[in-house]
Amino acid sequence: MTHLGYLLVGWGTTLAAGAAYAISLIRRGRRLSARVPADRRRWMTADDE
Amino acid sequence: MTAIAPASNHTGSRTTRLLGAAVLLGLVALILLGFFGAPEDDEQRDAVRMIFIHVPSAIFTYVAFVTTAIGSVMWLLRRSIWWDTVAGAAAEIGLLFCGLTLFTGSVWGRPTWNTYWDWGDVRLVTTLILFLMMIGYLSVRSLGGDEGATATRAAVIGVLAAAILPIVNRSVEWWENNTLHQKSTLTDGDLENLTLFTLFVGFAVWGLFFAWSLIHRFRITWLERELRAIDLDRALDERRAERDDV
Repeated sequence: MTHLGYLLVGWGTTLAAGAAYAISLIRRGRRLSARVPADRRRWMTADDE
Repeated sequence: MTAIAPASNHTGSRTTRLLGAAVLLGLVALILLGFFGAPEDDEQRDAVRMIFIHVPSAIFTYVAFVTTAIGSVMWLLRRSIWWDTVAGAAAEIGLLFCGLTLFTGSVWGRPTWNTYWDWGDVRLVTTLILFLMMIGYLSVRSLGGDEGATATRAAVIGVLAAAILPIVNRSVEWWENNTLHQKSTLTDGDLENLTLFTLFVGFAVWGLFFAWSLIHRFRITWLERELRAIDLDRALDERRAERDDV
């Protein structure tokens, strides 16, 4: 395969950045929701859980 | 009567879990198709495989910033906190996509144009301006102070940023002599069938990830707003208690 180095850098950075952002969202959500009373987290007490 | 489930300490839900699973499955399919399914290009050889991450990043940069603009307009017209929250959430995700568009385009440019960057290229420079404007948008949002005033200032930047989107998108047509960038990948009709299919898998994955991220980011902003309200209530209660003691 030609240009493999460029492909690995481009794809690797994209996937790593996406994964890092997703993990940061999950962590921020967990940290914040632990501090907010359940009655003020309105989407979390529905049947959607 | 439907039982109410106990609240959980996260911002996930059934919808986000389904979206997340679809993103992961789609990514596996995209990697397999992108590296082993789609054929190499006659001119660019295997460097063309960068298209499957670069073009979806660019398209969903537009989608995210248009969402920010819609949310901004709705804030300016109706003072809708819901729309302001959507605008801020979409801007952060759009900034990620825009950064990835610039980065993957630059990495793709080296083997195809023999350079990572060209300051004379209108598409590259306008995309960079868009990126910087959205950094400004998010910086204004994070300044704090009066929430309404902050939202209004950010909304103006959000609308202005969206106003340059047509310039970014059409720049390769309007300044065709001042760009290394190829014209629209989708409309020039040069893509092989499997390449085109893989590109659409990329669009699907990016779209699902955008939806997943938008929901989580919206909820995080909502929680931050609730926490500020709780802190404010607590401070007011303390002030009242001090006054009553006196």
